[in-house]
This record gives sequence, structure tokens and C-alpha cells, in this order.
Amino acid sequence: MKATVTVMLKPGVLDPQGEAVKSALGSMGFDGVEGVRQGKVIELDLAPGTTEAQVTEMCEKLLANTVIESYRVEIA
Amino acid sequence: MRAAVLVFPGSNCDRDLAVAFQRAGFDTHMVWHKDTELPERLDVVGVPGGFSYGDYLRCGAIAAQSPIMRAVAGFAARGGHVLGICNGFQVLCETRLLPGVLMRNAGLKFTCKMQALTVETTDSPFTSAYKPGQEIVIPVAHHDGNYQIDADGLARLQGEDRIAFAYEGNPNGSVAHIAGVLSENRRVLGLMPHPERVVDEAHGGTDGAPLFASLAEALVSA
Repeated sequence: MKATVTVMLKPGVLDPQGEAVKSALGSMGFDGVEGVRQGKVIELDLAPGTTEAQVTEMCEKLLANTVIESYRVEIA
Repeated sequence: MRAAVLVFPGSNCDRDLAVAFQRAGFDTHMVWHKDTELPERLDVVGVPGGFSYGDYLRCGAIAAQSPIMRAVAGFAARGGHVLGICNGFQVLCETRLLPGVLMRNAGLKFTCKMQALTVETTDSPFTSAYKPGQEIVIPVAHHDGNYQIDADGLARLQGEDRIAFAYEGNPNGSVAHIAGVLSENRRVLGLMPHPERVVDEAHGGTDGAPLFASLAEALVSA
């Protein structure tokens, strides 16, 4: 069982790295980029029986800082 | 007076912090991150600068979950004094002993220089030996010192006089130029600049020394 956790800065939180990537793309000639947000993808290999609620707890306690970040869990 | 200085894998200001405490008259104990208890009869815990756990995931996030930080949270809850410097400030924010977060510097660069600060409050056990509004110069050395907090949180910090130090100019994009903040009970201080690096004339400055002297004074008279 695998879980994929995507952690992103919440809307409205300034993302200096995303802004730098956007500016670099613009200077390379890619004119159509109106916004860039950079986040993290964390893949977890889970033992059978691990619940989605436990993964949510992992996100709340460690994987995301919920003051500034949101997270999404996909279990496959 | 007894001070503990925590040591995480990747801490690199722990010995400097211990020396600064000793010069202010503290008996200092180094405490390893896997320990589950702090020394007895302790007056203050120092959480030092460095790159705990390689800054993996987020600066301070993994250190915040270490066994010793559970003991530090209990110590703070019982009214203990805690001083977090640079990475230590990041750890205290991740532990939620202090509000807000420290994000990547707005200019994206590691900044390492002498930095002018203003002492924003002298009403704390860490700042009482400074003069109100005093300008001091303390080195900064960080990549993630951009202090952010939501509007309500900022209003609360300002209303409760909990901003300890502010930058003159803004080296990292921090909201309201914040360089250091106090907890609600004023006994936990986190700051990005390094006062332990300016406690001796040979360091090129002594503007950090009053911070440790304030603490010694507060703890002796307590």
C-alpha cells in the first residue's frame, strides 16, 4: 500500500521559490506562465492495515506545517 | 543558575551558546537530543543554531519531534525559560512554543552579515538590560529567517508587546521586520540573530552580552 502526500503552501502565502521559477521561465522566453507554486511530494510505503486516518495524523504532526501549508493524501 | 544547551545532529552553535551562558554565570550542561529528561533544578534551556537534521523536510521540523523537545515543552509549560537562536527559533516555532513560521528568505539567498536591530521591548527576562529602542548590532546567518504570521497573530504580538527585536532594514522579508518574538508568558524567546556570537570584545562586538546578563539577573532575583 502506498500513500502519496502532496504538500503545498496555502493560497496567499508568498512563495519566493515559485516566484523565482516563474521569473526564470519568463527569461527563457516562456511568456505564458502566469503563476508558479512550488510544493513537495512525499511517497509513503505503508504496511497493510495502516489507515488513512493515520496518514492524516502524520501530515498534521510532521509532514506539513499547517500554519502555512495544506496537504492532500492519495492512497493507492 | 543552571542552563542546558540542546545538541541535535547538525547543531553548530551549541558550544558558542554554552560559553555565552557560562560567561553570564551559568553552570552549563549539554543535553543530547535523544535524552528524554532535562537536568534537575534547571533555570533555562538554550536551543542552539545550526542545521538540525540537515534542515530536511522543513528547518526545525524533525528536531521539534525529538524526545528532548517533549521534555522542553513540559519545562516551558511549567514556567521554565527557553532561548532559541536561529535554528533554535525555527525549532520553537515548529514545536508551537512560539507562534508563526520561518520561511525561505524573500531574496532566496543565505544571508550572513552584521545586522542592526532595535530592541522593541525591555519588558522581558531576556531584554531588561537593554534600553528601550536601543540600536544594537548582532550577526545574522540564515537561509530561512523570513518570519511570517497571519494578521490576527501579528496584531496580538504587537498588542501584547511580544516583539523583542526588529531588524533595521529587512534582510529576509520578515513581516513587520520581526527578528525575535516572546511567548505569552514572556519566558520563551526565539530570535534569528546570534547574540552568542557577540559577547566578547574579541568577537568584534558585545551587543549580545546584555541578553545573557538580563537572563542571569531575572533568574537570580526570581
